[in-house]
Amino acid sequence: MTWITRAKNTWCPGCGNFAIEHALKDVLTDLAEEGRRAEDFVLVSGIGCHAKIADYLAVNSFYAIHGRTLPVAAGIKLANPGLTVIACAGDGDAYAEGLDHLVFAAKRNQDITVIIHDNRVYGLTTGQYTPTSYEGFRGRSTPGGIRERPINPVALMLASGATFVARTYTRKRDHLREVLTAAVLHRGFSFVDVLQVCATYNNLTEYYDDRVYLLEGHDTADLTGAMGKAREWDYSTDAPIALGIFYEEEAPANPWTAMGGIGKDERERTIRTILKEKT
Amino acid sequence: MEEISILIGGRAGEGINIAGTVITRILSACGLRAYMYYDYPSLIKGGHNFSVIRAAEEEVRCHREKVDFLLAMDQETVRRHAGRLREGGEVIRDAGVVKGDGIGVDLDTIVTEERAPPITRNSAIIGAFCKACGIPWTTVEEVFARAVPKEQEANLRVARRGYDVSREVLRLPATGRKPLPTITGNDAVALGLLDAGMEGYVAYPMTPSSSILHTLAGLADRFGISVVHPENEIAVMLTALGAAYAGRRVAVGTSGGGFCLMTEGFSLAGMAEIPVLVVLAQRPGPSTGVPTYSAQGDLLFALSAGQGEFPRIVAAPGTPEEAWYWAGALMDLAWHFQTPAILLTDKNLGEGIFSFGETEKRPALESSLWDGTGEYGRYGAGTGGVSPIAFPGIAGAMVKVNSYAHDEAGITTEDGAIVARMAEKLQEKGTTAARVLEGYPCVTTAGDPGAETALLCWGSTAGVCTEVAESLGLRVVRPVVLSPFPEAQVKAALAGAGRIVAVEENVTGQLARLVSAHGIKADVVVGKYDGRPFALEELERRLQGVTA
Repeated sequence: MTWITRAKNTWCPGCGNFAIEHALKDVLTDLAEEGRRAEDFVLVSGIGCHAKIADYLAVNSFYAIHGRTLPVAAGIKLANPGLTVIACAGDGDAYAEGLDHLVFAAKRNQDITVIIHDNRVYGLTTGQYTPTSYEGFRGRSTPGGIRERPINPVALMLASGATFVARTYTRKRDHLREVLTAAVLHRGFSFVDVLQVCATYNNLTEYYDDRVYLLEGHDTADLTGAMGKAREWDYSTDAPIALGIFYEEEAPANPWTAMGGIGKDERERTIRTILKEKT
Repeated sequence: MEEISILIGGRAGEGINIAGTVITRILSACGLRAYMYYDYPSLIKGGHNFSVIRAAEEEVRCHREKVDFLLAMDQETVRRHAGRLREGGEVIRDAGVVKGDGIGVDLDTIVTEERAPPITRNSAIIGAFCKACGIPWTTVEEVFARAVPKEQEANLRVARRGYDVSREVLRLPATGRKPLPTITGNDAVALGLLDAGMEGYVAYPMTPSSSILHTLAGLADRFGISVVHPENEIAVMLTALGAAYAGRRVAVGTSGGGFCLMTEGFSLAGMAEIPVLVVLAQRPGPSTGVPTYSAQGDLLFALSAGQGEFPRIVAAPGTPEEAWYWAGALMDLAWHFQTPAILLTDKNLGEGIFSFGETEKRPALESSLWDGTGEYGRYGAGTGGVSPIAFPGIAGAMVKVNSYAHDEAGITTEDGAIVARMAEKLQEKGTTAARVLEGYPCVTTAGDPGAETALLCWGSTAGVCTEVAESLGLRVVRPVVLSPFPEAQVKAALAGAGRIVAVEENVTGQLARLVSAHGIKADVVVGKYDGRPFALEELERRLQGVTA
């Protein structure tokens, strides 16, 4: 199985999306080799450069709309808990337009994985600031530089009750793949913030390369410790940038009763009974 | 037609709705056909609530201004409604707080002496009313057993005290007919959805659609369905689309403000060809409007909501039986045509209580499932613009749906020829849907089919228009399906009408505007937009002014 469609790839040369696409392809390949059916993978994407991954990966997909990946993913999982549901979202997608859905998805701990392609700029709409752009960022809608601080999505997800919270970086290919695998295998809501460069509008390659380090000896069961690590870098001011799994917890992952129904005859009988009760 | 009308009023929190419901059920248990209108402000305690119940030997679907009994839990009820009491009518009042004539029942004393909780006070009024109508005590007991599960013994003791202090004023007509169930229009929607095999219901609370959510949540276990209430209406719609994509028959419910939030996902359903049924229960707008009252102001919104062009099936039932039928029929149609549908109801239909009769059987209409052969393309060729549908998890199918313009496989495209072809495919589905709908009861008629003057109406004014048409010798033409508009059937039903009077619960005559686009001109619009339904006498007066 190739995992890649015939669709022409239109990402810019040097775009971080390539790394995420290939890491995800590898994750799916591994899972398929371990026995998961390719037909049971579902990819949901929003709108923006990241979302084109739905066209490029040869799996079931729901190429949704801006900010709405998570409710779609929630509906798919609710309808068929046997599916492996992975949502790819952009930082504008998930942290601006879709922030409420993200917080609720974490609160709910439904068994879905969300991968944020966090390039900290709106690419497809040609370079405006996003919720994770650093203070002072000059975008096309904010030529004077933004005078607001970024959201720290890792801290936000920890505060929202996510049971798997991680950050990785597109230029750490093995790490990216390991973290995505762990996220998909986690039973419950998995959140991965992937630092990704936008080669055209926000190329932070050097900045990241100089500052990222892998979390080692970190207790992923310690929420307070995780929050401390999450706050080390605030997505704006200079600080070491930790990569890895910040927090992981096993918790009930089916908040909603799965969809289904009873047979036609039983249904009709039950309806007749209800009407009788209302006489 | 022998009939009876009752108004019961009191403060919010005193159980006026429940009392009205019990009275409606008691009248139904006596073999009458009953209807209840419930009027309440948007607050939890205090304020003035009242129910108007009308029952007769034949079907009733509207209320009268005049009533035979005024049941007053407080002075405000007498102050506001005394003028509605017909000559010879009777007041039954809480003697402890309401001054005046009529049958007095001291509710506080009864409740105290019976050591019953205060919420049972209304049972004493019900008991007094039943005696006044000559209803046998056994009937009262039977209905309480079914309708009042909480504090049943206390309620019955209190009701009996009210019964004993009252006196017989009139005798109900003895019909000898089999009692019918009494349900709200929203109950009918919920049961119609279940009957059509709904597997999940997703909704955020909003009056007047909330009771569908409550009813289905209460029935979820019995039907093995999922009923969920996510963070907002945007999530509701998208969650429903995700579930439908994964193969489940789902419906969502809301009112105007919630539907505003859903229109984004509504357009997505159109482009991605995902079936979803929206129950849109209207209340007066714009914006928050009058939350607990009724209107027919969202017709043009329902017909044009969303960006771009795609087929949608919209039906506005006028009775609970139609609400049941069309909830199921729209589910079938949405799934067959893989496009969104709207069941357009309102507060008067949704929260009104009705004796519920027979429903029509829906035509069989299956989904066009993929047969499993060849390479699957979600938007591949099918019949009448309808592509065979498959779901994630089905062996051999890669199911790609897309909010962008896409090719047959579901891959994004901006190729002009493909974009145009897919737009035409959507339109072809609309044309096919219109043809299939010819086999459905899309237009109903009532009154005198040869009458010179025709009332053109839609939705829950069906009942009052029908009764008025019968008394004034008019004809009624009522499109139930509003998109695709059943132009030929409406024109046939209006043939020979010299004067067309549109009766609508809105200001601008939205149906009149819709039919004008199909070459039909309404001569006058009789509009009501105070949130309250037309009473029988009121519509008669309004029409006498314009049909003369």
